[in-house]
Amino acid sequence: MTAISATTDRKPVRWGRIALHLGCLAALLVVLYPLVWLLATSLKPADEVITSLNLLPSHVEWSNYKTALDGVNDVSIWRLLSNSLLIAGGAVLGNVISCSLAAYAFARLRFRFRGPLFAFMIATIMLPHHAVLIPQYIIFNQLGLVNTYWPLILPKFLATEAFFVFLIVQFMRGLPRELEEAARIDGCGPFRSFFQIVLPLTRPALITTAIFTFIWTWNDFFTQLIYLFDPQKFTLTLALSSFVDSSSQSAFGPMFAMSVIALLPIVLFFLAFQRFLVEGMASSGLKG
Amino acid sequence: MTTTEIPAPTARPKRPTAAPKRRPKREREGAAWVFLSPWVLGACVLTLLPMAVSLYLSFTDYNLFDPPRWIGLRNYTQMFTEDPRYWRSVVTTLTYVVIAVPLQLALALVVALALKSMKSGKAFYRSAFYAPSLLGASMSIALVWRAVFNDGGTVDNLVGNGGWVNKPGWSLVAVALLTVWQFGAPMVIFLAGLQQIPAELYEAAAVDGAGKWRQFMSITVPMLSPVLFFNLVLQTIQAFQVFTPAFAISGGRGGPADSTLVYTLYLYDRGFVASHMGYASAMAWVLLLVIGAVTAVLFRTSRSWVFYASEGDR
Repeated sequence: MTAISATTDRKPVRWGRIALHLGCLAALLVVLYPLVWLLATSLKPADEVITSLNLLPSHVEWSNYKTALDGVNDVSIWRLLSNSLLIAGGAVLGNVISCSLAAYAFARLRFRFRGPLFAFMIATIMLPHHAVLIPQYIIFNQLGLVNTYWPLILPKFLATEAFFVFLIVQFMRGLPRELEEAARIDGCGPFRSFFQIVLPLTRPALITTAIFTFIWTWNDFFTQLIYLFDPQKFTLTLALSSFVDSSSQSAFGPMFAMSVIALLPIVLFFLAFQRFLVEGMASSGLKG
Repeated sequence: MTTTEIPAPTARPKRPTAAPKRRPKREREGAAWVFLSPWVLGACVLTLLPMAVSLYLSFTDYNLFDPPRWIGLRNYTQMFTEDPRYWRSVVTTLTYVVIAVPLQLALALVVALALKSMKSGKAFYRSAFYAPSLLGASMSIALVWRAVFNDGGTVDNLVGNGGWVNKPGWSLVAVALLTVWQFGAPMVIFLAGLQQIPAELYEAAAVDGAGKWRQFMSITVPMLSPVLFFNLVLQTIQAFQVFTPAFAISGGRGGPADSTLVYTLYLYDRGFVASHMGYASAMAWVLLLVIGAVTAVLFRTSRSWVFYASEGDR
């Protein structure tokens, strides 16, 4: 949109442009290499995984995926997948509900200590997760909830991921107030105003929240590592990690086949919503 | 379910005699607390309370089974004076932060500058370079990294030094490169910041005879400094808490020779493997204070190099 039109001499611009594209393509090759490597290795026959120097397999070996579908430690991959989905889905639901509620209060309503509470909320964005981890673990341990999904999902329903509260607040602040004011004059209370006017308009920010929550929860390792120890309750991430410990190098192919399966939802989300993700990330940095 | 714990004033006064002007105001204050209640509950029970508890535990000997035993400052003195692995983890983490963050931000800035003036293909490159930021935190990619940097892996074939993962001097570099690989997120933020710089500034500078370099140093750098600062703070805080790649590359041990034993990995080892919850709590509090101090220093120095074009445009 705001194209910089400083110098428009013909020649240098064209050569510069070609060099620019070549540079970007080269960078792209390096950046995408690990992904290509992953895909190629997941299709390699067992004897080629370590010995062969070729990136591409001599022939495509689908049996790696077959082995991967059997799962790890006698837990089928469908079980692992549905466990991962359950946690990620619960987290998405929790974050969207709780963060939008809190954000509406911060963005639109007046209440005592709003300033200090908002500052506190911002501060918790920077709070290292590990500072609260051990006592949280102890609390959930006392409640007998370790080795269940509650410690992974419940906090999301309590708006503990302040980053998303902030993201939605910023978005709501950008919405025109006229609609709400008109509605208020007509006798519309804050609840109806929230559900019928503000929430529908906030959809882009909610989608961004939902996608990022899904991806971050899906990728999360630390929390799952400390809370879950029953292989039946393992997620794909945990299963992958235990795969490494328990298997020799001959299981490399199936392991990377499983890695591909674990990445698939993120890749699909990315392809479907890349605009939302990139714009969402971009706007988070500008209004701070 | 979770929204039930509400401070008192939710009952609406339905009496028509109440002054019409005062009622909505009161009601809105009450409504605000209803909206806030999940967050308030979370902030109290899952943030403030745990912080207080972990502060207390940091002065105790606690293994999750026996009641905590007060030992005063012993955890801290042990940490600072008797535990070489602790210092090892501090040095490892600082080294990692100092390698990964500047490299990542520099790459992000260079790519953003390259993409800024691009007319076609910008959106494609932007998305493609951004993808690693979403994938990079996963276990899958960490395992790829371990294999690619392992003995006989791609990097070994290219450089021929037997794989970085097994070399104490190089293993941390492999971890750092995984972070650098995820330069897309700060790059996208840089790019958005670059596009907000008004074109008139460059035009005026060009009219005054300023060259490209001069324009970059006198317009781009100052105008972009708030975004640079934002990225710097965010990435530094995140880098201090790196866990998954170090865990995956070293198989959870922080090896070889503790060379990838980053702070959080050692914290995990003390707390959840060795069950020294008191000691781990002390480590968590030191981490909290260090991150707070580093952030404060960054904010303080920012006054001299971050330039805000319009004060308070909120």
